[in-house]
Amino acid sequence: MVKITFIDSEGTARAVEGEVGATVMETAIKHGVPGIEAECGGACACSTCHVYIEEAWREKVGEPSPMEEDMLDFAFEVQPNSRLSCQIKVREDLDGLTVRTPERQA
Amino acid sequence: MSEPIKTDVVIIGAGPIGLFAVFELGLLDMKAHLIDILDKIGGQCAELYPEKPIYDIPGVPYTSAQGLVDALLTQIKPFGAQYHLGEMVESVEKIGEPLFRVRTDQGTTLESKIVVIAAGGGSFQPKRPPIPGIEPYEGKSVFYAVRKMEAFRGKRVLVVGGGDSALDWTLNLAPLASHLTLLHRRSEFRAAPDSVNKMMALVGDGKIDFVLGQVTALAGSDGQLGKAMVKTSDGSTFDIACDVMLPFFGLTMKLGPVAKWGFELKNNELIPVNTENFETSVPGIFAVGDIGWYPGKLKLILSGFHEAALMAQKAYRYCYPDKRLVFQYTTSSTSLQKKLGVSPVPAPAPVKV
Repeated sequence: MVKITFIDSEGTARAVEGEVGATVMETAIKHGVPGIEAECGGACACSTCHVYIEEAWREKVGEPSPMEEDMLDFAFEVQPNSRLSCQIKVREDLDGLTVRTPERQA
Repeated sequence: MSEPIKTDVVIIGAGPIGLFAVFELGLLDMKAHLIDILDKIGGQCAELYPEKPIYDIPGVPYTSAQGLVDALLTQIKPFGAQYHLGEMVESVEKIGEPLFRVRTDQGTTLESKIVVIAAGGGSFQPKRPPIPGIEPYEGKSVFYAVRKMEAFRGKRVLVVGGGDSALDWTLNLAPLASHLTLLHRRSEFRAAPDSVNKMMALVGDGKIDFVLGQVTALAGSDGQLGKAMVKTSDGSTFDIACDVMLPFFGLTMKLGPVAKWGFELKNNELIPVNTENFETSVPGIFAVGDIGWYPGKLKLILSGFHEAALMAQKAYRYCYPDKRLVFQYTTSSTSLQKKLGVSPVPAPAPVKV
């Protein structure tokens, strides 16, 4: 199991166990973590699972694909560390990953 | 008000379940009109993920979402459903036992014995950017859609976004606006390359400005915008003077007017129905697919198909109260096959011995 921490816009942190191979979005939904809507269900089609990757994890998590970059155009307050959490697969080496959720997804 | 359109059934939502409802109703001789806020048929399947795979339609190991919509359209072709696209149902009024008057935001009025709500996650509406204090400007100087282009003549227009809507309205409004600025967070666009080229040509000719950044705040008075504060990716900020702003950040699903139709909603977003016929608390109004709720409900397309079939049985009793309903199979019923426009399978030719 891989520990993933979600910090909401008010600073509340929630640590949950992610399954290798699932996505970070799926992990949030499965554990009822607020702040992730995932309206399209993980098809990289809506940008409502937008998260900010904590600086220390950015390199390991990697950059968004061109399709994800396109979809990020529909997110709000996009920053250089913005990602769509449905496009990040949980891996062993992401144990401890921390992401922040935006104030509003849609 | 124009003369109301009279029909047996009004279906709100033209997604896969609304489409299949046409089939089940059609087999029982009920005609349907479908209304959808999107300008195309297919609901979420067509709008959100047309290319994405679906693996759990019984008997269809694999299809794309658009493929499913196309197949349903072929399947329901014999029943001649009518579509009202780009229209949002604003009110459903009970005027008889049962008889309903349905009105849309485009002024269409329909009268039907039955209303089927197949609205999925609700209606697709433009995303509103979370800019602090944007509310007073909305509808006055911040618009999420362009209804009349003339309203923008001589104005300083700020278009925000990098998709097709942003690019199309940039091109359309550039000749009318006194000054037009397109603001986008990056220099790549997810719009048709031709539109991007045309936009860049206008920038090259000095006709419009293209600026990189994101809006962080607005300033003005009494709902009249004066300027937008913009932040660039390197953290610097500047103002763009504008009279109107048009943000285009795609669509999101909101329950919309359904919330005001008097149903006691489950979790504020789902319409409770019974599992015998998927009727709501209002006799004659049904809810099928993702928008309906009952114990054990699963938001699956296959569940919605089942719900549509049972709904049609009850709808028949309202539309044809004096007729007896005989349950039949498409495999063997010549009358159903006639409705479907297919010829019965011919008997095997006699074999010579």
